[in-house]
Amino acid sequence: MAAGDWLLLAGGAWRTCLYSVAGLAFGLTLGLACALGRQSRHILPRLLASAYVELIRNTPLLVQIFLVFFGLPSLGFKLSAGQAAILALTLNFAAYSGEIVRGGIESIPRGQIEAAESLGLSRWEVFAHIVILPALEKTWPSLVSQFVLMMLGSSIVSAIGADELTSAANTIQSRTFRPFEVYGWTTLIYLGLTIAFTAGLWGVAQGLFRRRRVVGITLGVR
Amino acid sequence: MSVVQASHVSKSFGPLLVLDDVSFAVERGEVVVIIGRSGSGKSTALRCLNGLEPIDSGEIIVADIEVTARDVDLRRLRQEVGIVFQHFNLFPHLTVERNITLALTVVKKLSRGEARAVAEGALRQVGLIDKLHAYPEQLSGGQQQRVAIARSLAMSPKVMLFDEVTSALDPELKEEVLHVIEDLAARGMTMLLVTHEMGFARRVAGRVIFMHAGRIHESGLPAQMFGDPSTPELRQFVSKTLG
Amino acid sequence: MLRDFAFIDIVSLLKATRWTLLLSLMALLGGGFAGAIVTLLRVSRVAPLRRVAQGYILLVQGTPLLMQMFLIYFGLALVGVEVPPVLAAGVAFTVYASAFLGEIWRGAIESIPRQQWEASAALALTRLEQLRYVIVPQAIRIAVPPTVGFAVQIIKNTSLAALLGFADLTRVGQLINNVTLQPFPVFGTVAAIYFALCFPLSLFSRFLEGKLHVGRAGLARQ
Repeated sequence: MAAGDWLLLAGGAWRTCLYSVAGLAFGLTLGLACALGRQSRHILPRLLASAYVELIRNTPLLVQIFLVFFGLPSLGFKLSAGQAAILALTLNFAAYSGEIVRGGIESIPRGQIEAAESLGLSRWEVFAHIVILPALEKTWPSLVSQFVLMMLGSSIVSAIGADELTSAANTIQSRTFRPFEVYGWTTLIYLGLTIAFTAGLWGVAQGLFRRRRVVGITLGVR
Repeated sequence: MSVVQASHVSKSFGPLLVLDDVSFAVERGEVVVIIGRSGSGKSTALRCLNGLEPIDSGEIIVADIEVTARDVDLRRLRQEVGIVFQHFNLFPHLTVERNITLALTVVKKLSRGEARAVAEGALRQVGLIDKLHAYPEQLSGGQQQRVAIARSLAMSPKVMLFDEVTSALDPELKEEVLHVIEDLAARGMTMLLVTHEMGFARRVAGRVIFMHAGRIHESGLPAQMFGDPSTPELRQFVSKTLG
Repeated sequence: MLRDFAFIDIVSLLKATRWTLLLSLMALLGGGFAGAIVTLLRVSRVAPLRRVAQGYILLVQGTPLLMQMFLIYFGLALVGVEVPPVLAAGVAFTVYASAFLGEIWRGAIESIPRQQWEASAALALTRLEQLRYVIVPQAIRIAVPPTVGFAVQIIKNTSLAALLGFADLTRVGQLINNVTLQPFPVFGTVAAIYFALCFPLSLFSRFLEGKLHVGRAGLARQ
């Protein structure tokens, strides 16, 4: 493989990172909304959120990508492959992360909520100060796993022509006719990304959850 | 005007009648202890006072706020009523200081500096000023419960409720908590306690209420309630618990 | 040649679903068998064996399934073995399943309290006998819900065979879309078929999980 090819792979890896982080940021936000929706006291948000989660989790990502990329233009939305990729990854990650966070939210002991309410905090204040960060902390390992799954799953967006690591590899191997070698290196790069992101997200946890730095990791839900 | 006034309060959990036409009042500076068997309705009665449990009928007025009104301002009510729970319910992800200053900054809108000063004062009163930056899991059960008391105390409530606050503690840790409560009582805090600590109740209570099957069975001065119970149920309860 | 999405297309899709089921079954059975071996290696007291299993799992879980599929397809071609795409895909899915099932089952085994190990060791059972008569029978109950849940993942992952050109449910959907240019009916039907396959399994997995916790609570009270 020539130097130019390595550059192409590096560029592809970078774009994979961008897609993944975008999917994480938008997806987690939407996922949180889903989690809250499923806990709503009104039946409509509960039904919508539940239906959404079940639809996403019981259909393949590839089909979801096709629906977004091929389907939305027929409704009048013009989407580039990259935009469709981010949208599909976001919608997908939201369903999974929403469920994970919902589990974390529900695991916060009732007593703490009662104590916070008894101090005069409103429902939103209780959520913001007492529920959300501990819920994220408890479910962090699951969220990291889910992120890695999404990052690796982003290789599928090559199917609609989006530019990332896998499509870069496709381009190179179609020119060099050495698919095993090219895909071999690409696989190792993905492995490197997995390790880097896992370590990085663990670092984020240390920063976000001050208690862990002081006392150590004991607040876990296994 | 009494600090706490409950009139003809009734409440059911489904088919189970938990509170049956309960009426009582607590005056300023009074220390009232509620005793009774498990399931007699004591904790429920306490939890109705700050709006944690809704009631089916009757009227409750605490610190001049009508708890039973439809549009009751819970935020204002809960600044006047402090409650300490059996299982402490400290917030594990926050330091002791932040546990106490959270409501002070968010609800009472104090500045961080003001809140910290109040927190330090409350911690000093329960004897834990050196644990300001500790996390709850680094403390013993008795220390955690004292922090919980400080957390409620810091809000300067007009009345404090104690729901079996030593029941979850090992025997050697109960003393430090009871000591703090006695001290609070001596300083004139209006208090309503549900407890199994009969010796403590006898020492500290200005008045004792005995609940049985959701009703107030007997009430009076501790010496009389423990020394010379009128009803057979109370007699049986006292002999069982005091041995 | 443009035409409308018609009943005949639905029939084609349903026919292609047979391949999806075949691939899923292959991955589940093959992956289950290999996964059991991975589990045994993973809980072995011989450190090198454990390392091998750990490395294998890391490699499979840290790289995209799509890459694994390409590597097997082109790798076999490299050594002169010309395999049809469906076989390469099947092997890739089997490898993928073996790593994930290996981890799931390891988790189940490790959740058995060490008192069970101690008690059976005190009865002079060898390690293999401990596993066979005491540990694994208990671990199976715990392992069933997540295994059923993973079966859902397997079914969804078979859609990747489409990217090797194999005529599975997703690929046939792509082909029909190319002819009809009606992505919503086409991929909507594809998604519905996957949903019909996956959703009942998801529900079943959750049902089993519920039953399991009732049982474990009873066990814990002892």
